[in-house]
Amino acid sequence: MAFLELQNVSKGFGSGRQRVSVLRSVDLSVARGEFVAVVGYSGAGKTTLLSLIAGLLRADAGQLTLDGREIREPGPDRGVVFQSYSLLPWLTVEQNVALGVDSVFPDWPAEKRRDHVLEYIALVNLTPARHKRPAELSGGMRQRVSVARALATNPAILLLDEPFGALDALTRATLQGELEALWARDKKTVVLVTNDVDEAVLLADRIVPMTVGPGATLGPAIPVNLPRPRNRKAVNHDARFKEVRGRVIEYLLGPARRRPTPVSPSLQEAYA
Amino acid sequence: MTTPSKHLEIWNVSKSYPAPQGEAVIVKDFSLSLPEGEFVAIIGHSGCGKSTVLSIVAGLLDATSGGVAIAGREIEGAGPDRGVVFQSPCLLPWLSALDNVLLGVDQVFSNRPRAERTTIAEQALELVGLKGALRKFPAELSAGMRQRVGIARAFALDPKVLLLDEPFGMLDSLTRMELQDVLVSLLSGARKTVLMVTHDVDEALFLSDRVALMTSGPAARLGGTLQVPFPRPRERTAVLAHADYYSLREELIGFLEAQGHGSPADGSAGETAEVGDKEAVA
Repeated sequence: MAFLELQNVSKGFGSGRQRVSVLRSVDLSVARGEFVAVVGYSGAGKTTLLSLIAGLLRADAGQLTLDGREIREPGPDRGVVFQSYSLLPWLTVEQNVALGVDSVFPDWPAEKRRDHVLEYIALVNLTPARHKRPAELSGGMRQRVSVARALATNPAILLLDEPFGALDALTRATLQGELEALWARDKKTVVLVTNDVDEAVLLADRIVPMTVGPGATLGPAIPVNLPRPRNRKAVNHDARFKEVRGRVIEYLLGPARRRPTPVSPSLQEAYA
Repeated sequence: MTTPSKHLEIWNVSKSYPAPQGEAVIVKDFSLSLPEGEFVAIIGHSGCGKSTVLSIVAGLLDATSGGVAIAGREIEGAGPDRGVVFQSPCLLPWLSALDNVLLGVDQVFSNRPRAERTTIAEQALELVGLKGALRKFPAELSAGMRQRVGIARAFALDPKVLLLDEPFGMLDSLTRMELQDVLVSLLSGARKTVLMVTHDVDEALFLSDRVALMTSGPAARLGGTLQVPFPRPRERTAVLAHADYYSLREELIGFLEAQGHGSPADGSAGETAEVGDKEAVA
């Protein structure tokens, strides 16, 4: 059994005639240390998929296991970074990161927790801003705080929900580079959902395309056998990069595509 | 205007950031005083600096000059005497509705027993109509329900001053009205001094005692205030039927239109004076 395993997972919202199936018979296996990107349209059900793995939603049918244990609820073994930063506005950078660390490592002495928090703030290059509140930070800096908070709890798997979607292109590129470096440092298992094909090709070991919902499911995985670290510019000239990119786009635009339809009011609202 | 007390006082607040050409002035000399229990809505175009003023009052941003005092004491940073509801409710996705509210309660009432803190959080969620959703995660809640959690979180701390930063801006208009009613009912049970930022004229008229008009930035200022005469407790249909409703509404919309989008603040002196005059009349 793979490290993260989804078997025949389905999820819908609403009831009776209003019921909408969002995900249908989703299978996914992710090996320990692997970086998998799920690529699909907005509204396809990517966030639902990630929320199921995070334990924030329960599946209607099917099985989800992480390291052999069934996923029933959120837990510190999974670190999540959402597109909206979910930072508490009245806490400083340091306090926001400490929030996660304090809840996961309550037995550590205060000093050890503090050092740990500062280490992860340094890792995302925010040491000079550690006493600032979110209102004083740019979007890129806020997302760095979210990444630091997620990594500082030493999760077994990192779940990223369009983490750079709200950022401008330049900031996005910088953060993608930083994320790859962080991943290379401790080889965490990562599931990234994104609608950005280039982001997936730059970061992932394997890309799994998602068909358009309702009733979305995952298509055949496309391996990305490109050497790391991957250079954003060089990949434009690399035939292998173009080939992978072409296969993902072809799948998403090909026969598998149905018109993107709104999934459900609550989902449209979710993470708006 | 004679005010018996200045419960919340904002004096000469300015905010500017260093910029390549000298400095960018966002807000310039903004002054406003609220007696205890007054509800003031600050209205202005998006990006005019309304939220900047609110963040300064909340203590989340430092003013470049000027200051803010509550009950005669100048504020230093954020504090539990001010509850803030943000446009996005900023809930932690891995915590249930109850645990999200408890986060603030545990911090502010750390000296009270655990059971009592849980009761405080549960009651706050009950008041916003979420009794049945205490254990739900944000992902399982609609946007309107999530904002109810945000409101409950602020009210649970029983702050003296409530600061609302476009709290219903991301909701559809029906949900928005629903939540405005929730807010009215909460405030009728526990009167607070409230400062709200909005760009919705009807929302400002329905909820507030006074509307503060903000000119468009850069260097946004207070362009005048407008008294809202509707009696309390307020009920939506009665407010809409009030003889002055549409003239006040027209006046506010007129101010916003005259401000245009991003028009220089200096060009608005005429409208400013006009609205200021109306305040004396009202």
